Amino acid sequence: MKLPTPDRIFTGVLAALLATATLTSCKKSPTPASTDSTDASAPSSKGSKAPAGPAPIRIGEFTSLTGVNASFGQSTHKGSTLAVEEINAKGGVLGRPLELVTRDNQSKAGETSIIVRDLISREKVVALIGEIASRRSLEAAPIAQDSGIPMISPASTNERVTLTGNCIFRICFTDGFQGRVLSKFLSSLGVKKVAILVDNAQDYSVGLSENFRKAFTESGGQIVSEQSYSSGDKDFRSQLTAIKAQNPEAVLLPNYYTEAPLVVRQARQLGIDVPFVGGDGWDSTELVTLGGDAMEGSFFSNHFAPESEKAAVQQFVKAYRDKYQTDPDAIAALGYDAVGVLADAITRAGSTDPIPLLEALAGTKEFPAVTGNITMDENRNPTKSAVIIRVEGGKFRYLETVTP
Amino acid sequence: MAEFLQQTVNGLALGSIYALIALGYTLVYGVLRFVNFAHGDVLMIGAYAAVFLHGPLRHMPGGTHSVGGFVLVTAGAMLVCAALGVLIEFLAYRPLRRQARLTVLITSIGVSLLLANGGQIVFGANQRPFPDLLPEKNLPLAAGVVVSSSHLVVLGVALLLLLLLTLVVHRTRYGLAIRALSQNPTAAALMGVHLNGTISFTFAIGSALAGAAGVLYAMNIHSVEPLMGTLPGIKAFIAAVLGGIGSLHGAAIGGLILGLIESFAGGSVLSSYRDAIAFGALVLILLIRPAGLFGSAQTEKV
Repeated sequence: MKLPTPDRIFTGVLAALLATATLTSCKKSPTPASTDSTDASAPSSKGSKAPAGPAPIRIGEFTSLTGVNASFGQSTHKGSTLAVEEINAKGGVLGRPLELVTRDNQSKAGETSIIVRDLISREKVVALIGEIASRRSLEAAPIAQDSGIPMISPASTNERVTLTGNCIFRICFTDGFQGRVLSKFLSSLGVKKVAILVDNAQDYSVGLSENFRKAFTESGGQIVSEQSYSSGDKDFRSQLTAIKAQNPEAVLLPNYYTEAPLVVRQARQLGIDVPFVGGDGWDSTELVTLGGDAMEGSFFSNHFAPESEKAAVQQFVKAYRDKYQTDPDAIAALGYDAVGVLADAITRAGSTDPIPLLEALAGTKEFPAVTGNITMDENRNPTKSAVIIRVEGGKFRYLETVTP
Repeated sequence: MAEFLQQTVNGLALGSIYALIALGYTLVYGVLRFVNFAHGDVLMIGAYAAVFLHGPLRHMPGGTHSVGGFVLVTAGAMLVCAALGVLIEFLAYRPLRRQARLTVLITSIGVSLLLANGGQIVFGANQRPFPDLLPEKNLPLAAGVVVSSSHLVVLGVALLLLLLLTLVVHRTRYGLAIRALSQNPTAAALMGVHLNGTISFTFAIGSALAGAAGVLYAMNIHSVEPLMGTLPGIKAFIAAVLGGIGSLHGAAIGGLILGLIESFAGGSVLSSYRDAIAFGALVLILLIRPAGLFGSAQTEKV
């Protein structure tokens, strides 16, 4: 066999590079404008795009449908799709149907800015819905702000997200509030000494732990140990051993459902028996799938509990169950509310132009959302209650509601 | 004091896993003088193999929480990885044996990317729970130290495999062939050592050890995901270099040392810099003793 000469090697490499470039650029071409093209798990719906008639109102949704936080993205998408369908079934907004243009950022840093720019300039959406993870919302916010396009984050709780500018809104409570909620809850259990294990690579985790620390120390509690790790780490034994040596009465774990169960399992193996407490980042069934028995007796704060007796909640839960054969989590409810708030604002503004729409969004008052009544304050954050969820028997059980 | 002892126990357990992976690196380096960067991803395949093999075991007597089940699953994962290692060597490295060292090195990086990203496509990018192969019990010892059954299993299995490896390498003809090959390939061939067969055998052993390490690692972190092999692979490479690449006991000791360094660093105030400290240790060792702790400095006669 002839050995490849340098010329042939060069040609071969060039051909391979060209082939790869062509293939990857094919992947990034706009997906057909139907809501379920990127989510294989939701049943396909035909009601969201009108065959003919008035031009649809295009809403851009950027979220993590795949990757480490896939559970968040898929829940958001399910909630928002349900909302779009319900609204379109009632005639749409201003006589026009809503159209959801969804893009997946694969839970990777850097992808969000690419797809948001694409949604704004190529897809020409009137508003953006996203993201769940604060880090990725912070990535998108400056881009939306510069373009003057309203962005509504369903579930990013880091304070800095809405501080980016007047185009950025959120539907959920902030970490300032969530930190106070968790501090109040732990104090009510009589806990005085808490240890914290922070994920240094996530703005959500850092922000929530800072807010908790402030609230807890102000109310007389003591942070006996603070250790850190980085997203993607799998072995936490060294940090947990250091925490154990300080004898905390509870451990705050303000991270996501991807690492929380691993941490708690390793903690139990090291003989740490105290309760673990988390924030809304824990809201996913994967918490108990990955965590098993170790998660029993843990608590976390959340935006909504499907067991709530409120009419709006029950209606939403029933519609969600009918469509997806599973119970909604808080992220899905927030995705649903984000579309609801946006539709309401468009109706009040009477137009989809950015300036009147921004004004209408900022003026949202007492909007009856599934996750509570939404009134936007001067920083475009809503004042809402939080719920405390307890992990019991492998399921999430509603414990109590905490109001600001 | 209790904390110090606990971190030592943690470090030894973590270090044993690194040691198992490092042995694979060092075996291949000794025989072929190149670093197989795909080794870390073989670990990942081993962990996934255990996940899939675990399913059918449920129907066996004794079920899945038994020692027998654990042994079967681990042995199965090791076999799968051994086969994979031989396959990779045959397809990716053997055709390049006469080429420059750099070519094979880059190819091994390519294989690593192929395995990791291929794994994302085939297995899905989300992490999955790793089944409990053995019941987990905590054994609180004196002085506040808790030794978990998983600590003991890791240490036990690693020790056992290390002994087996030493037996094979120093007491069998195949091991003799490997040692001869690592000293001088031409002379070994002249003495009747089957080159291709021995190299395949080396890859098989190294990859089998990585497979076992994969199962143990997955048992400790209770999850598997396609990119899980990258970081342990790099750390084990550091361990192998630290101990002296090419030396078997160097790899083992290097692994333990690295595990201990990581454990102590992770529990201290500098826990965010844990990985940086581990890599820093490597730089330090290379500055002071470039051949590693147990490596022999190779002098070239010019």
